[in-house]
Amino acid sequence: MNTASLDATFAALADPTRRAILARLASGQASVTELAEPFAMSQPAISKHLKVLERAGLVSRGRDAQRRPRRLEAKRLGEATRWLEPYRRLWEGNYRRLDALLEQLKTKETKWKP
Amino acid sequence: MEALKLTTPSDREIAMTRVFDAPRKLVFDAHTKPDLVRQWLLGPPGWSMQVCEMDVRVGGKYRWVWRHHRDGTTMGMGGVYREIVKPERLVVTERFDEAWYPGEALNTLVLVEQGGRTTLTQTMRYESREARDAVLKSGMESGVKASYDRLADLLASPSQATR
Repeated sequence: MNTASLDATFAALADPTRRAILARLASGQASVTELAEPFAMSQPAISKHLKVLERAGLVSRGRDAQRRPRRLEAKRLGEATRWLEPYRRLWEGNYRRLDALLEQLKTKETKWKP
Repeated sequence: MEALKLTTPSDREIAMTRVFDAPRKLVFDAHTKPDLVRQWLLGPPGWSMQVCEMDVRVGGKYRWVWRHHRDGTTMGMGGVYREIVKPERLVVTERFDEAWYPGEALNTLVLVEQGGRTTLTQTMRYESREARDAVLKSGMESGVKASYDRLADLLASPSQATR
């Protein structure tokens, strides 16, 4: 995966509505009308989000010419998250140790209080 | 355990968000007192912090050095405190001894407290998109290396491997 397409993928993932659309598509393909239902958004607004997701390679169109269902391109999503995953794991390790340290500090503080 | 959220807010930045079950005063202390920092800021398994010097005032310097227990490799970095607003905001520069990404980074820590819990946001801004991508890619390499280290540890103790 090259840098330019990775940027497009990350930019597409940065929006909560688009992440919700991806989550919906993870449970099966859906038409634009079906996708718009759970959101307080017009179909054109949803279509705009879908275009961003399609450009990023995260969503594609199914064969049915009438419904034109959208489906998740799980492989591309996997590639993007795989790239971030080790960085996340490194900091998760650090922050888990910080959790433990903060618990110790909280106990100390309560002890010192009169 | 709370989830760590990782995003790329712009093409030069990486941002991390994480909630801690503690007041922000303590989270701030854990980032600004050397005896606390060296207890958690360790990186991948196998590394320990050898040097942790911090002159926490605007214009003051910090220096951190880690050492790998197996091969003795050291990794050092440091920078300057730019902004200190206790207990909510800390801005520092970051530069590694061995430049594995070009230039310097500017790290901004923001702590927001609500109901005794603290939301931490750490934003790393690099000089270029190339530098940011180098950091993310190196994460991949060190992650793979960390996995091999753990595998080596497992193989070195047969009782665990056969369990």
